[in-house]
Amino acid sequence: MRLKLLMYGVLLVCCVPFVFPIWWMATTSLKPVAEIFAFPPSLLPGSPTLDAYRQVFELQPFGRQYLNSLYIALVVTIGTLAVSALAGYAFARVKFRGAGVVFVVVLSGLLVPNEVTIIPLYRMFDAFGLVDTHWPLILIPMLGAPSVLATFIMRQFFITLPTELEEAGRVDGLGRFGLFWRVCLPLARPAIGAVSIFTFLHSWNLYLEPIVFLSSKQKFTVPQALTQYVDAYGGPMWNTQLAAATLSALPVLIIFILAQRQFVEGLAQTGLKG
Amino acid sequence: MTLLLKELSAGAPANADKAPPYWTMRRRDTLAGWLMVLPQLAGIVAFVIVPLGLVVWYSVHEWNVLGGTFEFVGGDNYAALADDQRLGPVLRATGLFSFGLVVLNLSLALFLAVLLNQKLRGTVVFRTLFFSPVVVTLVAWTIVWGFLLQDNGGVNGFLNVLGIDGPNWLRSGGTAMASVIVVQLFKNAGLNMVLFLAALQGVPAELYEAARIDGASAWARFRRVTVPLISPTILLTMILTIVGSLQVFAQIAVLTQGGPETSTTVLVYYLYQQAFQFHHFGYGSALSLLLFFIVLVLTVVQWRMRRRWVFHEA
Repeated sequence: MRLKLLMYGVLLVCCVPFVFPIWWMATTSLKPVAEIFAFPPSLLPGSPTLDAYRQVFELQPFGRQYLNSLYIALVVTIGTLAVSALAGYAFARVKFRGAGVVFVVVLSGLLVPNEVTIIPLYRMFDAFGLVDTHWPLILIPMLGAPSVLATFIMRQFFITLPTELEEAGRVDGLGRFGLFWRVCLPLARPAIGAVSIFTFLHSWNLYLEPIVFLSSKQKFTVPQALTQYVDAYGGPMWNTQLAAATLSALPVLIIFILAQRQFVEGLAQTGLKG
Repeated sequence: MTLLLKELSAGAPANADKAPPYWTMRRRDTLAGWLMVLPQLAGIVAFVIVPLGLVVWYSVHEWNVLGGTFEFVGGDNYAALADDQRLGPVLRATGLFSFGLVVLNLSLALFLAVLLNQKLRGTVVFRTLFFSPVVVTLVAWTIVWGFLLQDNGGVNGFLNVLGIDGPNWLRSGGTAMASVIVVQLFKNAGLNMVLFLAALQGVPAELYEAARIDGASAWARFRRVTVPLISPTILLTMILTIVGSLQVFAQIAVLTQGGPETSTTVLVYYLYQQAFQFHHFGYGSALSLLLFFIVLVLTVVQWRMRRRWVFHEA
């Protein structure tokens, strides 16, 4: 009994640095400027105000930027699912000439993070006139190095399916694409879930790529926009930044809490287990 | 049955006038396989292999963007790498960040996973709480920590209430690096915790029972039963965390801009400064190759070492 109390105590203390910043972010965004550095610090706003939220939309086209991030992340997620499910299925279940070599080439993507190739990627997209468009933020994650982990997870999943399943499908007259689409893909929900989650979060969090590729405010993504709320001296407007930060974090957080079982268990139960 | 049919069709001359169909199952599979991997393969060639080749190409050139010149300079950029007074501190900062983060992250994640693996009520709630920073926008998380760590910010405010005068966390040489590590630690420890928790739940209870009967202490059970059995997961999280730590950028850019001095200028941030702020694309490319080399060596070394300590390959 005492041991249990001790464990709860330790867990509660450990929670503070994980949870308190989120609380502080949301509550500070509701405080008037005079209150945000008040001493002693208060856990709740004394006279809550939505001023900071008004400023978020007045100073920048934040709605537009939010939409940019959202649609880019959704397109990347759907695209990555298509690319990685097809490739993962082929590597796991189709015996074809050259499969070994292709697999090694694709896996090399795991060793070359985008930071290594950001200079030539910038020059390449520049040569096609695609700098300051969303194309690099969509194409690189969907087809390049970040999609390789997705393909790997898909492959690890498809390998576990019993061969009898496909034999039954063959008897019913299905070809390769039929087997993939009708038999195997519907069973891959855990892998699809895990890949969707981490692909979406990866795209949603990207920071280096947007600041390298994008220069006009209308095209900015959310992470890039968050740091742009500064005063005339370049100092951060804390309550405005935190209001925008709250807006960027809360929807994902709420979806996560509602679906946390699928979230957490999906991630743990797929190929990531190693 | 199929084998018999195949032998009949292959061996019997009576069927010779009926040529076997060109589209055998093998050929069809080869076509289907190639079609299926094509998007991924094309993407890797276009966005990984070709750029990697270009990095090598750029690194032996001097590229003046404003003047529009692009000259071959051989090993000059590499010589500059060796002479660069700032590179030593940059590599030290990179190593410090990665080492500190990996050790703290894996220890904390494993500690929390072991706690949550006990038969306690409410572990799902705690699991959700520990995991929630993973889904918070990275820059949002970084901004709120930056706010908390200001000289007159929340952390020092609370310390002050306790009568402690806290330092200016992000602006003093000793604490800036520690602060950046801590910010990243709590952002992602929940992810590794979840992976460890899944591994722990796969350890059979009989083994603990047997160890207990043999009189093994709790620590001995952890050291001799738990750690070996979850070692494949430890290896995986270690590789992912190390590679991830070498990619850290947003936190540095938002919290410290590499300062004070160069104490938090890690390699990716230095590379970004050289290439995209000073337009030294040739030198930046040499730095990129250095980064690639470090990732490569660390990954290969760990993969090689796994036989020494990773229990039964999965």
